[in-house]
Order: sequence, then structure tokens, then C-alpha cells
Amino acid sequence: MVTVEKETIISTKKVDFYYGAFRALTDVTLDFEKNRVTALIGPSGCGKSTFLRLLNRMNDLIDGTRVEGEILFEGQNIYAPEVDPVEIRQRIGMVFQKPNPFPKSIYNNITFAPRLAGIRNNGDLDALVEESLRQAVLWDEVKDILSKSAMTLSGGQQQRLCIARALAMKPDVLLMDEPTSALDPISTAKIEELIDELKKRYTIIIVTHNMQQAARVSEYTGFFYVGKLIEFNATAKIFTNPSVKQTEDYITGRFG
Amino acid sequence: MEEKRHTSAEYERELQEIKEGLLYLGALTEKALERGSVALLERNSELARQIVCDDDVIDRLDVEIEEKCIRLLALRQPAARDLRFITTAIKITGHLERIGDMAAKIAEKVIILNELPSIKPYIDLPRMGEIVRGMIHKSLDALVSENVKLAQKVREEDTVIDQLNDQVFRELLTFMMEDPHKIQVSLYIMQISKNLERIADHAEGIADMVIYMVTGKSVRHQPTCPESK
Repeated sequence: MVTVEKETIISTKKVDFYYGAFRALTDVTLDFEKNRVTALIGPSGCGKSTFLRLLNRMNDLIDGTRVEGEILFEGQNIYAPEVDPVEIRQRIGMVFQKPNPFPKSIYNNITFAPRLAGIRNNGDLDALVEESLRQAVLWDEVKDILSKSAMTLSGGQQQRLCIARALAMKPDVLLMDEPTSALDPISTAKIEELIDELKKRYTIIIVTHNMQQAARVSEYTGFFYVGKLIEFNATAKIFTNPSVKQTEDYITGRFG
Repeated sequence: MEEKRHTSAEYERELQEIKEGLLYLGALTEKALERGSVALLERNSELARQIVCDDDVIDRLDVEIEEKCIRLLALRQPAARDLRFITTAIKITGHLERIGDMAAKIAEKVIILNELPSIKPYIDLPRMGEIVRGMIHKSLDALVSENVKLAQKVREEDTVIDQLNDQVFRELLTFMMEDPHKIQVSLYIMQISKNLERIADHAEGIADMVIYMVTGKSVRHQPTCPESK
């Protein structure tokens, strides 16, 4: 295992996770390096999405779940009683599998959360909309139709809008749960290019079923199987010469 | 541990086909070398000419294997052990093709030598030929059985061939100094010896690639100068 010696932004220590009596994750210890892309791969049901959702307390929303162990974000345990999950989710944003824009205008999609957070000045909001859309490489395509409904955009554009929406809250970390699985290859390529651009400012953790995508976009890869982290290593190492036999069997298609 | 099979049986079959192709190619080069020895010892130029012609088959097979590898790289996006196997196969087929070329070159020299008077019984060349054939065989056995120790052994044998080549060179040098009439024959024998030595290098190259394939570590190009270590 590679121990990440650079600046760690999120660190999980011996994390177990239960849906009721069912243990979905066992003893996951993993450090995420700042301003890097880390991919989480593994077969369906291996716990990678569950693990991703733990990182910004999204699983809190499901009844009967329980977390054991520690998840530290910049050294602070995010499951400590005094921590406000809403604040955590502002700093650790999330993009989902299917583009899920609000049925509102493009402009309002971006400003919805910042308004809730108290930004009211129109000039500030305008600037935030442009900045977020530029970062998501969508600005040039939508700058003249900001008042149009987000639902009129293509799937790929909608997904970039969702990324822009997450960026508007100025997070430190962006969690992506199979962000391109509902997109065509061109839109996928645009999102992947965007990920490459975004990692200069953000830490990105991406769950993907597409192993080639993990290989293309990430610097580190974690392989999950039946709720356990089997191997965590530099992506190039995982895809040329993984250390664990199970990882090799999975990425070469010798599974099951 | 028993190797798991790919979920895709077709992919499994394609990889197997490449492996079998390499073994067949290896067998053809061994055969060319063996017949080269016979052609030399029995002064059989017809056999030597056949070796030269048969090199075309080796060349064609080399291209075929390479195309199959490139196709798999494009269509299957292989990773890890499969990726290492396919890139290794591309290099191994190249080594075998060069071995085939050298076997043909040796056969060409044999044809010339067969027209010239013999200056001494051939002892070292057939011996080198046999060792070199064994090296090719073992390197491909190591590939199939993923046997690093066997590959290591091939690397060691390369030193033996280097020594034999030096020995042939020194012996022929004295022949040539003693009698200028022996220069022509000596030079052709030296070229054969040199070709065998180069073939051993290629067999060592195959063994190096097998070690890379199994361990993921490159053992090629050990530094020779102390200052670059």
C-alpha cells in the first residue's frame, strides 16, 4: 500500500458502516490527497458509493444507518456531535449519476444554494453564476440563455450545470458518483476534461464503473470488494501491476 | 494459485492464440537453427537454401502476431497482467523474427562455406547452436509457465555463449595468422559465431521480457560502467 505523504484533506480511519444489521463497509482506512483525483472502483454492491456518500454525510438521510470509526476532514471528525452536516455538505459538494438540475432557470440553479446561504446582492450573484459556469466550461454555451429552463439543456450540459451548481458553494472537495454513466462519449470526454481542470482548485473523489475512466482521470485508485478496501495505490500502478491478486482479477475482467 | 479465466471467453481465446503463435514461431526458429547445424556438418547446401526460403514464413507469422496484439490493445483495453503479456508478446515476436533472420544469414554463410575447403572439424559452432536453441526453448517455456527462475537461467547461459564466441574468435585469429589461405573460411566461421552470439542476446531479451511480464519489473540494461550505477 502506498501511504500518501502529501497533504491529506480527508482521512478515514477504520470505518464500518451498517444499513440496519447489514454491514456494508468493513474497516476502511484511506487518505485522500488534496488537489488530486481519486477514483473508487469495484463491482456493483461493493460499497464504493456508500463510502463516497459517507464522506459528506449523505447517508445521514437514510434511516437506520450507523457509522463506526472516524472520518476526518481537515483533521476534524465530521461525525462529531457538534458538526453541522449542512456545513459539511457545503464544503464537500456532490455530483450524482443522473443530471438532476432543479426545474428552474439556469441562473437560478446556480444561485439557489448561495441565496439560502445568505448571498442576496445581485452583482455578487451574477459574478458567482459566471464564475461557476466558466469553471464548469459551460459559460460560452449558456451565457445568452441564462433565464431559460435548465431542463432545455442536453444531458451533458445538465451535468456540467450540476457541477457548476456544486462549485457555486465554493467547496474544497467534489464527490462524483458515476457522473458520466448517463452521458454519451463526447459529453463524457468533456466532463473528464473538466475534472482535469478542476483538480487544480478542488480535491475530487469519483466513483466509476468505467475502469478506463478511472485510469484516464485519476491519480489514485481504490478498489473495493464486498465492503472492504482491497487495494489503494497510484492509478498507474493499479492498471499496470497491481499488488493484490483480487484487484488484478477485477481490472482484467477475470471476476466472478 | 489457479488462474481465473476471463469473463469473456472470446478474449481468453484471443490471448491464448497469441501465446500459441509465439510458441509456434519459437519452434520454427529452433528448427531453422537445428537444420543450419546439419547443413554445415553434412555440407548440405540444398538444406541451407531451404532455411533461407523458410524465413519468409517466420516473417509473416511475426506480422500476424503483432497485428493480433495491436488489435487486442485497441479493442480490449487490457490492463495489468494482460497488458504486460500483450506488450511482452509484441517484443518477443520481434526478437523471434530477428532470430529467424540470423538463422537465415547463418544458412547463407553455410552455403558459401560448403564451397570452400574445410580448415578444421566443426566443434564449437554446433555446440553453440545447441545451447542457443536451448535458450530459445527455455525462454518460451518460461513464458508459458511464468517461471522467473527459468528465465533467469537463460540470462546466465548468455554468458556461456559470449565466452564461446570469444574462444572461436581467438582460435580463428591464430589460424589466420598462421596461414593467410585460411582467412576467407575463418571470416565466414566468425560471422556464424557472431550471429549465434546475437541470437543468444535475443533469447536473453525474451527472458528479460518474461521476467517483466511476471514481476512487473524491468531487468534489462544493467549498467556496465561503474559511474552510471
